[in-house]
Amino acid sequence: MSDKKASRENDNQPQSGVNGVGAPQVAASGTAMRVPAREPARSSQNAVPRRRLLQGNEAMVEGALAAGCRFFAGYPITPASEISELMSVRLPRENGTFIQMEDEIASMGAVIGASLAGVKSLTATSGPGFSLMQENLGFACMAEVPCVVVNVMRGGPSTGMPTSPAQGDVMQARWGTHGDHPIIVLSVATVAECFEITVTAFNFAEKYRVPVILLSDEVVAHTRENIVLPESAQLEVVDRIRPSVPPQWYKPYADNSRGVPPMATMGDGYRHHVTGLVHDQSGYPTERSDEVKTQLKRQMRKISSGFGEIQLTRSFMLEDAQVAVIAYGAVARSAKRAVRMARRQGIKAGLLQLVTLFPFPRKAVDQVLRQCKAVIVPEMNFGQISREVKRVNRTCRVFTVNRIDGQLITPAEIFQEISN
Amino acid sequence: MKMEKVEQLRHYYLRHDKKFPHVWCPGCGNGIILGSLIRAIDKIGLSKDEVVLASGIGCAGRMPVYADFNTLHTTHGRALTFATGIKLARPELNLITVMGDGDATGIGGNHFIHAARRNLNLTAIIINNQIYGMTGGQYSPTTPYGAKAATATGGHLEHAFSIADLAVTAGASFVARGTVYHVPHLDKLIEQGIRKNGFAVIEIMAYCHTQFGRRNKMGDAVTMMEKLRDRAVAVKDPGAAGSPGTAVAAGASDTPGAAASAGALDSDSLDTLDGKFAIGVLTDVEKPDYIAEYARLRAASRLNAQNAGNAGK
Ligand SMILES: Cc1ncc(C[n+]2csc(CCOP(=O)(O)OP(=O)(O)O)c2C)c(N)n1
Ligand code: SF4
Ligand SMILES: [Mg+2]
Repeated sequence: MSDKKASRENDNQPQSGVNGVGAPQVAASGTAMRVPAREPARSSQNAVPRRRLLQGNEAMVEGALAAGCRFFAGYPITPASEISELMSVRLPRENGTFIQMEDEIASMGAVIGASLAGVKSLTATSGPGFSLMQENLGFACMAEVPCVVVNVMRGGPSTGMPTSPAQGDVMQARWGTHGDHPIIVLSVATVAECFEITVTAFNFAEKYRVPVILLSDEVVAHTRENIVLPESAQLEVVDRIRPSVPPQWYKPYADNSRGVPPMATMGDGYRHHVTGLVHDQSGYPTERSDEVKTQLKRQMRKISSGFGEIQLTRSFMLEDAQVAVIAYGAVARSAKRAVRMARRQGIKAGLLQLVTLFPFPRKAVDQVLRQCKAVIVPEMNFGQISREVKRVNRTCRVFTVNRIDGQLITPAEIFQEISN
Repeated sequence: MKMEKVEQLRHYYLRHDKKFPHVWCPGCGNGIILGSLIRAIDKIGLSKDEVVLASGIGCAGRMPVYADFNTLHTTHGRALTFATGIKLARPELNLITVMGDGDATGIGGNHFIHAARRNLNLTAIIINNQIYGMTGGQYSPTTPYGAKAATATGGHLEHAFSIADLAVTAGASFVARGTVYHVPHLDKLIEQGIRKNGFAVIEIMAYCHTQFGRRNKMGDAVTMMEKLRDRAVAVKDPGAAGSPGTAVAAGASDTPGAAASAGALDSDSLDTLDGKFAIGVLTDVEKPDYIAEYARLRAASRLNAQNAGNAGK
């Protein structure tokens, strides 16, 4: 039985799974849940497929480099450190820059600085470091600075369980920094996705001028799988739009049809002001009610008008499903297995994997809730995404399976809930 | 400087489309520092496009918005971290940060000492008014012992440190101190700091008559400025009270040797409201430049990768 095409919000573009924004071919085939190594090599001209045995963290490095990332600033933390270590080796070779900063606050600051100077930038951390990044993450939201932040989730709160997986930072990823703010949160379940969704994360960041949080977890980060790295020609890589007007006409925060103003690189002649204060379209601080409203509403609108391509989900055996599992991250793998087990027992089960967690893929979830008699949301926390699912509609019963003991939820546990 | 030239500089370097008036209190010394900075940049002959002026949060942090450079108003204490990212991404740009005493050495203290240790080519201008001005006069890391503050109404229980001494100890390759009274001297120090290839710190002794002076009965802005005149001692002449004249003369090219004696003088005196402190260049040493070091690393790792690739064939 083959995997189904990823479900989409945007029905006008039926061709690809994660359409539009830079999904490599492996993603476009919609085989999210399958390890691409089992697929035939896609590259016909270049005969040697780049088949590699990689850890999730390593695949993220490859994805970032393929997306054009040339700056990394970070601070060591388990279970994310491999990303720093590999970046420190790879970036200098690619004419990029790696720096280990004095803490995660500084790392986030440096990432924003490098992005303002025109370089695609990444940092990677885990819970405690992610908490420290929230201040400058808010700055990146407010000043609309593209960047990608990987959070390899471990058991929390506080120092928690450094070497155990968890999914406790989902709400922090959405709401960790203060104030209403636009942000995109993606999640990965396989090593192949660590590559491909990292590319997508950079593409979204650049296209929408917004920080993108990429949630991984200790299981995905440290699992080794065979994947085929796509040739660079197969990748769609998006770069921020730079101003085309003469410098004296440039308004760094002016509205347009997409709500995403062109972004000038510092030093390119488009001198302007960048601040975390609410600003007018020239970037100057303002407290004028009309200007404040215009800016902040545009910042939200630029994301909501992109829902169609941002809200990525993947479906498995959902067409005739009467019971559905909605899962993300490593748990989605257990869920897929549980669905197969249920099908063997004659239960019409299916899986909706959430790749995008925020903006919450409401439309795809709504469809599943309307279709099914029961929905199960397993996650390694006390129930963060299940609350979002329950908010969508109340026509369907929603059951939760939660673990917070540092253990991955097993297929058997999910299967049991399905059979109930 | 002729008035005519001052006008020219003002029109050339200040933003025309920025809504004035500025946020500073009448009589605040921050404007004097903006003037010094502009003159220093003009003297060096940098184009406006190649200057990035980055700040943190506070009264000091409001400076960049008025100046027509690439300007960045970051988060409280973090200016140096953003500047580090920009400089690494575009080494050809000149990075100048402006911070308050609380900004640079309170909340941003960790970034400050590590920037000094790292020796990336940035210029850090720290406006030391010995108080958290913007938030209403709460004590800062440089508020002297016994001084009154909004959060120390009965007199401050903690002790001030010397920012310049801290910078020297942390490894900055250029450290100088000036005041908002000794303006031609300050122009020169800022110029030297910007020209320095390495992490350069210019601590500027300033005053906040609104939040600090009033509480401590130190008089108006002019009186507080005169106090700075009387307290400052040029580093070449550590014993005597420095007149502005001697300070300017002495500050020009100091030997690193002078720093030790000046430093010893400062730790205690800056913890009082009227002790003498040194002004001038306190440290000027050569160290390997981070950008050059990283370029070397890039070349070596490309070579390694090539060799590994060849060996595999
Ligand atoms: C994280 C954070 N904490 C507190 C503040 C509030 N705050 C704004 S300015 C400031 C003090 C600034 O003092 P200083 O750096 O000495 O600058 P000055 O205003 O004296 O020039 C504080 C505490 C803030 N903006 N951000
Ligand atoms: S509060 Fe103090 S530092 Fe701030 S503008 Fe007024 S005088 Fe200057
Ligand atoms: Mg201050």
